[in-house]
Amino acid sequence: MALFDVSGYKSHAGLRGQILGTGVGHLIDRPNQEFAVPVGVDPSGFLKSCSREGGVSTDLNHGTTTLAFKFRHGVIVAVDSRASAGSYIASKEANKVIEINPYLLGTMSGSAADCQYWERLLAKECRLYKLRNKQRISVSAASKLLCNMMLGYRGMGLSMGSMIIGWDNKGPGLYYVDDNATRLSGHMFSTGCGSSYAYGVVDSGYREDMTVEEAYELGRRGITHATHRDAYSGGVVNLYHMQEDGWIKVCKEDVSELIHRYRKGMF
Amino acid sequence: MFKLSDKILLLCVGEAGDTVQFAEYIQKNIQLYKMRNGYELSPKAAANFTRKNLADYLRSRTPYHVNLLLAGFDETDGPGLYYMDHLSALAKAPFAAHGYGAYLTLSILDRYYRPDLTRDEAVDLLKKCIEELNKRFILNLPSFSVRLIDKEGIHDLEKLMPVGAK
Repeated sequence: MALFDVSGYKSHAGLRGQILGTGVGHLIDRPNQEFAVPVGVDPSGFLKSCSREGGVSTDLNHGTTTLAFKFRHGVIVAVDSRASAGSYIASKEANKVIEINPYLLGTMSGSAADCQYWERLLAKECRLYKLRNKQRISVSAASKLLCNMMLGYRGMGLSMGSMIIGWDNKGPGLYYVDDNATRLSGHMFSTGCGSSYAYGVVDSGYREDMTVEEAYELGRRGITHATHRDAYSGGVVNLYHMQEDGWIKVCKEDVSELIHRYRKGMF
Repeated sequence: MFKLSDKILLLCVGEAGDTVQFAEYIQKNIQLYKMRNGYELSPKAAANFTRKNLADYLRSRTPYHVNLLLAGFDETDGPGLYYMDHLSALAKAPFAAHGYGAYLTLSILDRYYRPDLTRDEAVDLLKKCIEELNKRFILNLPSFSVRLIDKEGIHDLEKLMPVGAK
């Protein structure tokens, strides 16, 4: 892969073998694999046995609503902040946006552990790219790095639906990357179990020539209405605006206050 | 859509066969009440009657798997919409939806509904919902029949047929 060579990414298989010694096998010969997996283990099968069908009550954190859309003045990114473990709310102020660098943001939905780890790893790789190549990584390349990380663990039970937002030489960039290694460029995405509700509100209120304030309001509305209907989304709306000279954090507002502001005619 | 009386409509979706059987059973029983007693059931009474029937059948060997919306106009109470699901839960609501389409349309209804909408605004809101389904829903739904219930009764409005997405 051209990017693989350019980024200077080195596999540590040889070094790991020296440290860990023999007896630790690899699942398949994958030079860029991070973890050594014992022979005969099937991670996705194991995960299935840990879910409700297997008789155990360990559910992965899946509930979320995140959305991002491009418009004339940049990209708006809005996320909720509820982390749920089954029907238990593990956190009401989880951080679902990772600030990779002043020109790159990543959103998280799906398994919190997977998102946090892999996007943090992506941040490391973006920093290394900048140090090696003396220029910032493009949004396209950053999203492709994440996509290829997912490809390496295909079928092993990772759960991650994220959006990579940035501004580079080609202008504003918005990519959707998920655990199937799907990578899509687009003008608007929403992920998580509350995403269908967010699509409804944002699709019906979207205009390409919105003012900045109107776009902020649309992002807030999308998340608020989704948290109102989806049980697994809630908390606060974290709103970011990706501009030409970097991102700014616009606001962090409690959803229950927002819904009361919007309640006229609702209930 | 089943016409229960001059001012009550029943929308019934769910398991094939069950829908028509159950809806027609309710329809005929509402008509029977009118014949026996000389006056029609109010929408509220019809909704509760339907719910009781659905609940009783649920607890028998032959449950009906249907989701219902009952809409009616009452002389004293005004317009009323009743949401009923397959477990026979009943709720009066200002707006409602059943099925996968609900995931996309409920937030639009939350966002734009007001109790004092005019008739044209209400049809526009319905059009917004249908446009969203046309854009994001996986199944292609080429046409929707629309009816309006007011104090004069049930009126057929223009069919809504969304054009292909751009």
